[in-house]
Amino acid sequence: MSIAALSPAEWEVISLSLKVALWSVAVSLPFALAVAWLLARTSFPGKSLFDALVHLPLVLPPVVVGYLLLLTLGRKGPLGSLLYDWFGMTVVFSWAGAALACAVMGFPLMVRAIRLSMETIDPKLEQAARTLGAGVWGRFLAVTLPLSLPGVVTGTLLSFARSLGEFGATITFVSNIPGETRTLPLAIYTYTQVPGGDEQALRLCVISVLISIGALLVSETLVRRASRQVLGYDAIGRH
Amino acid sequence: MTLSVDIELIQGDFRLAARFDCGGGVTALFGESGAGKTTLVNAIAGLVKPQSGRISLDGRVLFDGRADVFIPAEERRFGYVFQEGRLFPHLSVRQNLRFAGWFRREARSQSAEFDHVVDLLGLGALLDRRPAWLSGGEKQRVAIGRALLSQPRLLLLDEPLASLDAARREEILMHLVRLRDEIAIPMVFVSHVRYEVDRLATRVLEVVRGQVLEEAQIATPVGTRP
Repeated sequence: MSIAALSPAEWEVISLSLKVALWSVAVSLPFALAVAWLLARTSFPGKSLFDALVHLPLVLPPVVVGYLLLLTLGRKGPLGSLLYDWFGMTVVFSWAGAALACAVMGFPLMVRAIRLSMETIDPKLEQAARTLGAGVWGRFLAVTLPLSLPGVVTGTLLSFARSLGEFGATITFVSNIPGETRTLPLAIYTYTQVPGGDEQALRLCVISVLISIGALLVSETLVRRASRQVLGYDAIGRH
Repeated sequence: MTLSVDIELIQGDFRLAARFDCGGGVTALFGESGAGKTTLVNAIAGLVKPQSGRISLDGRVLFDGRADVFIPAEERRFGYVFQEGRLFPHLSVRQNLRFAGWFRREARSQSAEFDHVVDLLGLGALLDRRPAWLSGGEKQRVAIGRALLSQPRLLLLDEPLASLDAARREEILMHLVRLRDEIAIPMVFVSHVRYEVDRLATRVLEVVRGQVLEEAQIATPVGTRP
């Protein structure tokens, strides 16, 4: 199957999927960094409950997450009506809503990877940074963030992959609208529901596999580069 | 320079009660491990908060339990050389040395000053290396340089020789003697080794089971200015 053989409809699905996944990752990253830092480096009352809430999308059925998003962000939901009244915008039935659903579903994976990475950083390095004049932000930007780079890369990729595969929350929250919210998994599902759609579904499956393999290869390279950057030598081997 | 310490600090079963003043030169905190030396230095640095008492430098209060004053470590401008170096592994030696300058205007050293410290500690050939590629002695020299270039009012050294072999220990000791005599920066030097204290200190305080017990004025140690 050559690239030239892809139909405009297939291109639309692929580019929409990539757009949704990239936005979902970009929007969740700052929040994931903050939450990972809170969980790794601070203690506060209700921390275990907070931790559980963050992990909820990992254990809930995606349809439940999608439905809860619809209830809160729908035109009549508490947040959705505010958004609509103040800014005249709505995320329901739009690609932005799809990105949001993906961001929520991928969030625990991203937080987890970053947090694990942050927890391996010796707090004594942050102490040393304090004696050299670095305040909370300075320590985060100059020590904690660069040293957790491998975890940030891993978490970003996990969440990106999760976004590419997201189905249940997306279809519940923003439905299955061609060109707007019909990402790869939704398109494959749609083809399997129509007579004679098998060939199309299979083609999109192959594309899915290729994109996933590509993402894995890129991430492996990036993680190795990040850890070399952090440690000053290659700890993973090869090269 | 006068550092006044009068604090009480309780950690679990351990109680530290310290009361002393120290001025210029090298003040050694000498005592067995577990006596509370590191805790005391951490309290001076502002990394741990005592339960009560007072710490001041030249009349400026850094900690006062009663008035609830606690200047955090990042604002005390005390250089701290840790036992294990604690260099930043993701930064080159040059970036480690310039680290404080990213946060403190006064530590944005002129190149002459940077070169002087690099020269004094023999760091010239190491500047572009990462800490992972340094020997123990080299790491400790970089750590001393990094603390010095933060323009500290006082240099705290917590067993800076403990993780080194005998030859390296001697080398770093010579560098510290040079710092004492050439840069004349006040130092608080923690050690459990009598020999190191004798070589470096101009004044010795003994720490025994959480108490600064005995205060001995040493005559001029070998090879120092009066």
